[in-house]
Amino acid sequence: MIVPEFDYLTPQTLNEACALLGEYGSRAKVLAGGSDLVVKMKNGLLKPDYIVSLKNLQDLKGIRYEAGTGVIIGARTTHNRVVENEILRERFPSVSAAAGTMAAYQVRNIGTIGGNLVNAVPSADMPPILIALSAKARIVGLSGERLVDLEEFFLGPGKTVLNQDEILAEIIIPDQATTGSSYIKFGLRRAGSLAVAGVASSVMMDGEMAEDVRIVLGAVAPTPLRAREAEAVLRGKKVSQELIEQAGKIAAAESKPITDIRGSAEYRRHLVDVLTRRTLKTAIEKGHV
Amino acid sequence: MVTEAKPKTKRQIVTLTINGDEHVSLVKVNTTLLDLLREEFDYTGTKKGCELGDCGACTVLLDGEPVNSCLILAVEADGRSVTTIEGLEKNGKLDVVQEAFVNHGAIQCGYCSPGMILSSRALLNRNPSPTEREVRDAIAGNLCRCTGYVKIVEAVLAASAESKA
Ligand SMILES: Cc1cc2nc3c(=O)[nH]c(=O)nc-3n(C[C@H](O)[C@H](O)[C@H](O)COP(=O)(O)OP(=O)(O)OC[C@H]3O[C@@H](n4cnc5c(N)ncnc54)[C@H](O)[C@@H]3O)c2cc1C
Ligand code: FES
Ligand code: FES
Repeated sequence: MIVPEFDYLTPQTLNEACALLGEYGSRAKVLAGGSDLVVKMKNGLLKPDYIVSLKNLQDLKGIRYEAGTGVIIGARTTHNRVVENEILRERFPSVSAAAGTMAAYQVRNIGTIGGNLVNAVPSADMPPILIALSAKARIVGLSGERLVDLEEFFLGPGKTVLNQDEILAEIIIPDQATTGSSYIKFGLRRAGSLAVAGVASSVMMDGEMAEDVRIVLGAVAPTPLRAREAEAVLRGKKVSQELIEQAGKIAAAESKPITDIRGSAEYRRHLVDVLTRRTLKTAIEKGHV
Repeated sequence: MVTEAKPKTKRQIVTLTINGDEHVSLVKVNTTLLDLLREEFDYTGTKKGCELGDCGACTVLLDGEPVNSCLILAVEADGRSVTTIEGLEKNGKLDVVQEAFVNHGAIQCGYCSPGMILSSRALLNRNPSPTEREVRDAIAGNLCRCTGYVKIVEAVLAASAESKA
């Protein structure tokens, strides 16, 4: 298998990278880990004339906590670093756990959280839990930077709000009052398989009252999907088994799955029901796990 | 009509430390690390399977971390250090993991073995006493079509026990 030829560009700063992307437009592609881009190029699905490598942009790597802001994850941080990171393990272990469901160890040393988001594949494992935790994307372009709610980031399969000259720099999980969150992926094998469906839930409990609830569905619509009607079933209510079951059914009805080699639409809808109930229960009973 | 300047970045010098020795080569920028290791530097212990990140036959350690060398462009690895299966043997003596694979019948056709052993070596480096589940997770990205994995898991656990003895 041959990677089609291209020109290799290695900007030293974010600004330089944006300038190159602005100049070459759709002829250029950003390279982070390459676990998606290189595969697509080998398969002949993409033939960029220019590759803009982010490898020299050290600022885009790493995870830190800023009081008043939250946990900030550089876009070039690889999945294994997200899995192992102490800050995340303490504050949002559900995010580390989601990263650990992906691919296998070697790919998790290559693939980055930024690549997982910008790729915008419906089955991607990081978007649901990050959206459930109200994460934001810090995007940098030639005309400056902007913060976008991750919920608004995805426009369709492979499509995001990023403009041609823009780079996803950081993901910010804001300080919040949520008391629990959980992501469960259903794949056909324990490792090395994409999600047939994946559901993330976050809750803000006050005793038995669910003050707030977010339910985000993955792999069952063109983009990650908030199950808003299912959320409304629980929001402001005293949690009961009946309400959780009702939320599962409604989330399944809200999902818009397709039938493909990994599963039928009907099966996916059933999975959404089951995973919604399980993630809600876990988030309510066990906190951020 | 403006004719575009012919791109000049199609080849680049790449310096790698492979198994402790510095190697320099002028490579086409679309060369994978896997092809550079095998075709240019003759480290053919690194195997080529799926070429898409699925099978793990091409696993090498990049700065000590296992990666699929088929997914990484050689130019991206410039300046870094690579360990291939050829680099595990020290002074004519096999690594304990290699030794354990031989002694436990964890090798049949052998095609998966270099990657499997490097993934296992990296596991024991970060976690000297893994559970069976941790061993299975660590080698989940290394497919073996022969052994059924049981002997491989036994070998890694034995290597772990032996390293502590
Ligand atoms: C064997 C295998 C198994 C996999 N399993 C899973 C899985 O279980 N779950 C899952 O979700 N994914 C999986 N993937 C897909 C992929 O590994 C992940 O989506 C990964 O996170 C992509 O990150 P990357 O850095 O390698 O992306 P790259 O390939 O470098 O980039 C992906 C896309 O995003 C763009 N891009 C990357 N970073 C930025 C940035 N900072 N700013 C702007 N644009 C950017 C690139 O131009 C490209 O279009 C798998 C891939 C392989 C090869
Ligand atoms: S050859 Fe690289 S993973 Fe199969
Ligand atoms: S021994 Fe043949 S593939 Fe593993």
